[in-house]
Amino acid sequence: MILFDHVTKQYASQTRPALEDVSLEIEKGEFIFLVGPSGSGKSTFLRLVLREERPNKGQVWVLGKELNRLSNWKIPAMRRQIGTVFQDFRLLPNKTVFENVAFALEVIGKPSSQIKKVVPEVLEVVGLEGKEGRRPDELSGGEQQRVAIARAFVNRPMILIADEPTGNLDPATSVGIMKLLDRINKLGTTVVMSTHDSQIVDQMRRRVIELESGHVVRDQSRGVYGYAR
Amino acid sequence: MRASFVASEVGTGLRRNLTMTIAVIITVAVSLGLFGASLLVRAQVSTMKDFWYDKVEVSIFLCSKGSDTPSCAGGAVTDAQRQQIKTDLESLRPLVQDIFYESKEEAYKRFKEQFKNSPIVDNVSPNALPESFRVKLSDPTKYEVVASAFAGRPGIEQVNDQRQILDKFFRLLGGLQLIALLIAMAMLVVTVLLIVNTMRVAAFSRRRETSIMRLVGASNFYIQLPFLLEAALAAGIGALLAIGTLIVTKAVLIDQVLAPSFQFTAFVGWDAVATIAPIMLIVGVGLAGIAAFFTLRKYLRV
Repeated sequence: MILFDHVTKQYASQTRPALEDVSLEIEKGEFIFLVGPSGSGKSTFLRLVLREERPNKGQVWVLGKELNRLSNWKIPAMRRQIGTVFQDFRLLPNKTVFENVAFALEVIGKPSSQIKKVVPEVLEVVGLEGKEGRRPDELSGGEQQRVAIARAFVNRPMILIADEPTGNLDPATSVGIMKLLDRINKLGTTVVMSTHDSQIVDQMRRRVIELESGHVVRDQSRGVYGYAR
Repeated sequence: MRASFVASEVGTGLRRNLTMTIAVIITVAVSLGLFGASLLVRAQVSTMKDFWYDKVEVSIFLCSKGSDTPSCAGGAVTDAQRQQIKTDLESLRPLVQDIFYESKEEAYKRFKEQFKNSPIVDNVSPNALPESFRVKLSDPTKYEVVASAFAGRPGIEQVNDQRQILDKFFRLLGGLQLIALLIAMAMLVVTVLLIVNTMRVAAFSRRRETSIMRLVGASNFYIQLPFLLEAALAAGIGALLAIGTLIVTKAVLIDQVLAPSFQFTAFVGWDAVATIAPIMLIVGVGLAGIAAFFTLRKYLRV
């Protein structure tokens, strides 16, 4: 599903590589926690998967394709199979919940009949039925993140990338979001989630990949947040 | 492709960026207006050339009694000289197309007709006007052939090409057209820069939308299309304004004001306007589209 083969990423403005000689493989249907301190390379890892960055050395394979050899015009089609969720939700403030989710389908040219059918379904999956007409500023943080997850999931992606999705949420709300991500994972979507939240990682007992200074220092199935904590 | 979605995006974008949109419309209108005007002047010059070159003649003025050019040292032209000149002109056919002889009396009649409203007529007698041959050439540009053959011959006072007088006038018009064209080019450059900047602002003010579009896998075409259409639409409105101005200029300034006052010449017809208008529209929309496209490629990268 995702394969890193001796990947090194060096940003032009920095002396130290953000990722150095990283090799790992993520299988279909896995749930991955990407942990490590700020600046350890988690975001770079996720950006490489999304092909927002290209590696300086090595190969990144996503969904059976080597991203370096993927021509620019094929990238949108690849991204349609990857959902993304961020710490800051990234919702459109002047659109309703329904419109925010529908936007993801509109911009890839889906017909409105299909949008009217699919959006309520996915809003039900994330537990937002009845709130279709609200705007983001009328929702709690947890609800906003559910809208973002609905938008990421509405296209039924193969992979869901979540960059610290609970970073702005309190622990109780975070548990709800984690249950939702777990449910999406059980529906067959591979989830890659970066996080600083040790409690969540320890509770879920899933595969943990720990990065430090651009290196994989730990790759453990059914892991916890850190040895020493 | 969902037309309604794209259309609503374009509408939102234009409204959100209203001041810049108006600025683009006005600069496009002004620059294309100048551009169209310069094309219209060019069409006018060529219309007038067609009209006048058809009528111009080479005038060979013959010596009269008081002429003081060296070739007239022998006094007024003799019958033999006049006959010889006519024979020589005949030998220059087919370059010489028509030959008219104008006697002093005929010249006086024409002079009176031309200046009938002026007191100058009272001071001129038929004897003061020279007799002349009026020669029409099949190719007006070969004037030199005639001039070199006849200038300075005894009995000929002067060889005159009317075309030379016209050419001065046409050069003046050509100069005006060049100035209008240069200003139009400068304005078009300003327009392009303004569109580039407008697109930058538009891309920035909608970076949230476009970043989400990228993430959910919208194609570049789909992301850029609303911006391109906005630029093309603004430029199109500007071009239509410029075309409207051109039509008003033709209908009012040329047909109502200039044509009645200057009946001796021809003015551009509606066919010239019909040719220029689409050029203006294409140049305006095309430039805007190209400028927007290259700006967006830079600011809305994959």
